[in-house]
Amino acid sequence: MRLVNIKPKSGLRILIGAIPIILLLIAYALMSAARAEADPNDKVLPTFLAMIRAAVRLFTETDPRTGEITALADTWASLWRLGAGVLIATLSTLLLGIALGVVPLVRAALGPVITIIAVIPPIAVLPILFIALGLGEASKIALIAIGIAPYMVRDLAGYVAALPAEQFLKAQTLGASSWQLTLRVALPQALPRLIETLRLSMGPAWVFLISAEAIAADVGLGYRVFLVRRYLAMDIILPYVAWISALAILTDWALLTLSRKSFPWAHGDGR
Amino acid sequence: MSALLSLQDVWVEYGDKVVLERVNLDIAAGEFVSVVGPSGAGKSTFLRLILGQEGPTRGQLLLDGTPLAPECSPDRGVVFQRYSVFPHLTALGNVMFGLECAGAPLLGKLVGAGRRAARDKAAAMLEAVGLGHNLNAYPAQLSGGMQQRLAVAQALVTHPRVLLLDEPFGALDPGIRLDMHELVTALWQDHGLTIVMVTHDITEAFKLGTRVLAFDKRRHDPHAPNRYGATAVYDVKLDRKMKAAGPPPGLVGAG
Repeated sequence: MRLVNIKPKSGLRILIGAIPIILLLIAYALMSAARAEADPNDKVLPTFLAMIRAAVRLFTETDPRTGEITALADTWASLWRLGAGVLIATLSTLLLGIALGVVPLVRAALGPVITIIAVIPPIAVLPILFIALGLGEASKIALIAIGIAPYMVRDLAGYVAALPAEQFLKAQTLGASSWQLTLRVALPQALPRLIETLRLSMGPAWVFLISAEAIAADVGLGYRVFLVRRYLAMDIILPYVAWISALAILTDWALLTLSRKSFPWAHGDGR
Repeated sequence: MSALLSLQDVWVEYGDKVVLERVNLDIAAGEFVSVVGPSGAGKSTFLRLILGQEGPTRGQLLLDGTPLAPECSPDRGVVFQRYSVFPHLTALGNVMFGLECAGAPLLGKLVGAGRRAARDKAAAMLEAVGLGHNLNAYPAQLSGGMQQRLAVAQALVTHPRVLLLDEPFGALDPGIRLDMHELVTALWQDHGLTIVMVTHDITEAFKLGTRVLAFDKRRHDPHAPNRYGATAVYDVKLDRKMKAAGPPPGLVGAG
């Protein structure tokens, strides 16, 4: 049998997928153990035990200076910024993307501007945002929104414009006005794509969040990671990275589930 | 004007390319017009003209004596070969679409008694095309033939003056195609429809139509193939004897 035709069954597939992860964890455990044996105070490769201890401390003990549990305060601050930025980007994408996709006049008017904005590297705009909006929450939220919105708008506009012309003609022969066409034909078909493009944009959104927090913040996941870097505190950085990854995976799963539940026709599930 | 749909000296040109030239036609209410012709002879352009997807370069189209704007409107229904139904709506939702557009200009959705009335009407229409058991299925769950039945029901529920069919059975299996022939003939008779159907299949054209139009170029300049456009070179109203005899041998090659 050819290699390309060998398809693992579901149980075996999970096992095969788990093997590299387990190997990586074992390799790390061995390396950290070796370093801990040579130097009990080693900071570069902390043992799992040391990381768990640090994580428990961060997630349970209140910081005497702020009176809050450090990890939870960081998580709350970061998620708030991320959520606000992503919400602004998503809403503007919904409005702009559909308008650009459905109305040729809007596409002619705004298409070039959005293309230009989309090629600007968002991080390069961060100083402008800090100057214009100050070092507070607004500039961080703005960076996330500005960072992901142009890509999302272009993606959604392209998708809506590429919907079969027959659908729009048919809707018009059924008496649909421009507004009804937008509301009943374009919008519902754009929504699952909007979630799809949002899922893809969550990665960049995290990058912009952590960049902004690294540069100017006093609380937040990105801020903490860059703060403790000064003390080579890998036992804090690694659990934080794992926590950020877990949050990202959870968000992705939630978005996918939302799309599957709300738009079964878009996932080939029917009803 | 006795004609329902009238084309008066209609030309369609794209730059230097002449697609249709000097098309003069009158289509009466109740006719079933089949349009045949070789590829590139302007069959589809002819259909797009009547649909309003594009306008003529010269000449004019009249519906009930009123000039048609180059825009689709509910007086002309259409069924395309593909993509005629909305993938995000159930069969019922697809058929209700036209009723909801007329009844709810702002939201595009009916509520309460209006919705129930539209739902009953749509369900009856689906029953008439043989989809009574698939009211809540999404198009992706229906076979190709069923999707076309749905598209026909969706187009008919708003009672268009003219129903346009653009190779509606081209993508279907032969057996399913015969079922669709029966369905369309029955609907045409029951609802007193006026139908213009573009098809590649000459036998189908003669079987279903009461009138066959063949589009082709009358003149051809080998040095400038786009110089002359096509027009209806063959226009025959079929009586029962001619329908039984089938397409004339000279035309079969033209399909």
